[in-house]
Amino acid sequence: MNELFVRSLSRRWSLLSGASLMLLLLAALPARADLSIQITQGVTAPIAIAVVPFAQSQGPWPVDAASVIEADLARSGRFAPLAHGSFLQSPSTASSIDFASWRMVKVDYLVIGRQVIGTANTPAVEFELYSVLTGARLLGLSLPAGNTNVRAAAHRAADLIYENIIGVKGAFATRIAYVLVEGQIPNRRYRLIVADADGENTHVVAESREPLMSPAWSPDGTSLAYVSFESRFSAIYVQTLATGERHRVAAREGINGAPAWSPDGLKLAFTGSTRDGNVDVYVCTVSSGQIQRITDDPAIDTEPVWTVDGRGLYFTSDRSGRPQIYLLSPLVAGQKPARVTFEGPYNARARVSSDGSQLAVITQDQGAYRLAAVDAKSGQGRVITRGTLDLSPSFAPNGQSLIYSTRERGRGVLATVSVDGSISSRLSAPEGDIRDPAWSPF
Amino acid sequence: MKRLSLLVLGVVLAFGVGGCAKRQNTQPTPNGGQVVSDGTTTNKVGSDGTTPGRSLPLPGVSLSTSASDAGTSLATVYFAYDSSEIASQYNDAINSAARRLTQSGSMRLRLEGNTDERGAAEYNIALGERRAQTVKRALVLAGAPESQLLTVSYGAERPAVEGHDESAWSKNRRVDVVALGGTP
Repeated sequence: MNELFVRSLSRRWSLLSGASLMLLLLAALPARADLSIQITQGVTAPIAIAVVPFAQSQGPWPVDAASVIEADLARSGRFAPLAHGSFLQSPSTASSIDFASWRMVKVDYLVIGRQVIGTANTPAVEFELYSVLTGARLLGLSLPAGNTNVRAAAHRAADLIYENIIGVKGAFATRIAYVLVEGQIPNRRYRLIVADADGENTHVVAESREPLMSPAWSPDGTSLAYVSFESRFSAIYVQTLATGERHRVAAREGINGAPAWSPDGLKLAFTGSTRDGNVDVYVCTVSSGQIQRITDDPAIDTEPVWTVDGRGLYFTSDRSGRPQIYLLSPLVAGQKPARVTFEGPYNARARVSSDGSQLAVITQDQGAYRLAAVDAKSGQGRVITRGTLDLSPSFAPNGQSLIYSTRERGRGVLATVSVDGSISSRLSAPEGDIRDPAWSPF
Repeated sequence: MKRLSLLVLGVVLAFGVGGCAKRQNTQPTPNGGQVVSDGTTTNKVGSDGTTPGRSLPLPGVSLSTSASDAGTSLATVYFAYDSSEIASQYNDAINSAARRLTQSGSMRLRLEGNTDERGAAEYNIALGERRAQTVKRALVLAGAPESQLLTVSYGAERPAVEGHDESAWSKNRRVDVVALGGTP
């Protein structure tokens, strides 16, 4: 920990060359309000599981790993953790488990564990997963919690439990980025925030009086590209999260927006415009700085996103009169793209699932803006949310769910929904207006 | 004609005007930057003196905007839903702004396009740009020198009015005509 502080203090405070703005480097300022989560809708038969509070050696510890695991599993909608009041026993070791008592309260799975200080003074979270029916131990692991990083270890444990039972890699030990807008006009403040996928552990990445928008994770999860209007004109920046170091990627006249990393992390697709206002998709190669214009149509072409193989780009275009999703693959500048969406008057801002089979888009549905999941091959879509202003879908890296922004009592809040629309949950912060969520890679 | 100019511009862009990712890294300067917090007091510190959650503190950047860039608002043009057509009621305002520009060669106008909050954020940026460009063309037709006109779109990011109904939306679908420098 001390070493980390020394490193952050020795960072060089600096000014962006060529711009009249001052950079005030704030080391690790946590955002004021962490998010809390409520399940708004779930599958009819979630899996019954009991997560027994972990024994804490040399406690109490600042974080209870079991409660983090329990909340993760509950938020997925796939599990219904048993209320602690129904527990007939609270074992923390294998030998003290009475499986009959767990069968009596009708749970299928049992998680027990211990928060321990190992030899060499290293903290760890030990956990075990049991099938209550057979008594078999399905998992038994000790996860190091460096810097007593119990929360991160607990998310990893939840990932492993989820994968063992559901058969799909969990995405609890991932992060989200979003923009938080606070204050009334004209004294608004825009904060770009990175938090754990459960909304906890928030950090302000950038803060400005002018809009910040469209954060995009680099494929390796180390950097964010985002749009900042700090010069009163738009520009795209790439910021390394661990160091706070950032550089300007595009600050051309007109629009610099919608940055999207190629899967190999070598290129950024973005939206640019010409002097007479023609909005098109461009690609820049990050290492050389070379910019290539990809689309050339008098209509709006924006919101590019790469195909999974990195050979094509989906984007939004109103070349047919209203915004629809188009695909240009292979990525040859000036080629005619194929239209992908045909249902409804408005389909915009596509995001691609990790296997490439599905797109999430913003669609107009009964006068509202909602999310639709669109089959990438057939273009057929179905509406999966029921809000009035559901925007900015972003796939979880395991492809099971999406995070998006929705409106609740006039305020932007974050919500998640499973790709089939059957499970949804809400993440709400006590104040401010949240928008533009982006889910990190694994 | 438009195609040709686009093509020329495209070529110019391909050869690196405002190049992408030219590693404009932050440079240390003698007076640059100000330590607001060293992190040791603002970190969430657990009872055992450690930070819960992810161990790496993320350094944040605070971005300040120069007040001199704020400019002076000359006029606001409002638009119908999903439209970038300028209603005739704004002719006088457009003509008057164009006249001022020709009278003050040092003045520039920043045309700030905005949309209401509905729809995709970046698509709204493009719609706001389209509105700003419409006002720009109207000003040029009214005699304003194009070189003194700048456009920017804030999309739905900078509403004039808080609110989530048509009365707020109609005030947010707008182009603010902002004078920079010179004597407005």
